[in-house]
Amino acid sequence: MASGTGTRARTAGDDIWKTRVEKINAELFTMTYGSLVAQLVKDYEDYSEVNKQLEKMGYNIGVRLIEDFLAKTNVGKCADFKETAETISKVGFKMFLGFSPAVANWSADGKEFSLLLEENPLAEFVELPEDAAAELSYSNILCGVLRGALEMVLMQVECSFVSDVLRGDDTTELRVKLVKFLEEEVPMGDD
Amino acid sequence: MSNRPSFVAKRVPILDRSINKNRGNEINVAAFAFLFSEMLQYAQKRANGIQDLEKRLSDFGYRVGIRVLELQVARDKPNRRENRVLGILYFIHSNVWKSLFGKQADSLEKGTENDDEYMISDNEPQISKFISIPKELSVLNAAAFIAGIVEAVLDGSQFPARVSAHSTGTDQFPLRTTLLIKFDKSGM
Repeated sequence: MASGTGTRARTAGDDIWKTRVEKINAELFTMTYGSLVAQLVKDYEDYSEVNKQLEKMGYNIGVRLIEDFLAKTNVGKCADFKETAETISKVGFKMFLGFSPAVANWSADGKEFSLLLEENPLAEFVELPEDAAAELSYSNILCGVLRGALEMVLMQVECSFVSDVLRGDDTTELRVKLVKFLEEEVPMGDD
Repeated sequence: MSNRPSFVAKRVPILDRSINKNRGNEINVAAFAFLFSEMLQYAQKRANGIQDLEKRLSDFGYRVGIRVLELQVARDKPNRRENRVLGILYFIHSNVWKSLFGKQADSLEKGTENDDEYMISDNEPQISKFISIPKELSVLNAAAFIAGIVEAVLDGSQFPARVSAHSTGTDQFPLRTTLLIKFDKSGM
């Protein structure tokens, strides 16, 4: 079941990436993101605040990004959360960032999974100083993007990095947890 | 969180990694546009007026420029240091522009009134294209960012200068942007 969905999603994602996406130098993106993080660190001086800001900015991006995604992909409603995960990885990540993280570590109830980022364009060339390595979630913007995008398709999720090579871990693992499905309604005020 | 007494790198130490490994990597321009749009809003919230906003955007670009310079020089010119004004300008117009934006800049001109002024123009800056209306404002914002990059490349190459961005749209190229580079006397 998963492999069927996965293959379809992968083909769709690869196809969109190759033919329907205008591309720009990834390093410009990487350095621009680094510039943002550096500025936030300077402005807030408190890493947990920076993490929050990054997540919030990611959320703002996510709620707009989902429209671009839906417009370009004609992907129908996902049958279940497993299909959502495959779509995020093989279509979403692929079309915006050019690569697909592996989907892994499913929880028994099927409500949590991890994305394993073998490569991370946000963090290319990055090395964190010691105090930052302990507290800063450098790529936290991704957590917000996922949260915002999925909220628009009526899933409330929690996302966080459980490990990060920038912090000295072996892998970079982003954990996505489905909290609940949302009712279709007019959204409340924003963040 | 893991408690380590000191930062232990489990992957290849950063200075040993190949600088050419991911050189040609690309990303969806929309990803950049979304990111830049958030950065712009962040800067707008904190800025006091247009000039302050341009300064903040230029600061964002400056940090990028420092690193772009290091990377480009390490990759393409490891044994030569540019010591002529025209040389560094050409480096920016061709090498830097090509690596960041996929094409060379459209023109490099010397200012007619002052000896220390030069202009680099781009008919359709890639990043302006995808920033939303109002278009005029968006061109300037993207240009302020690029101006910061260029200023950092010049400062880092020992050619201190002030770089400002101007919208010079024409009918044919409405998004045309010109960077005015005014060199400090010390570098000339």
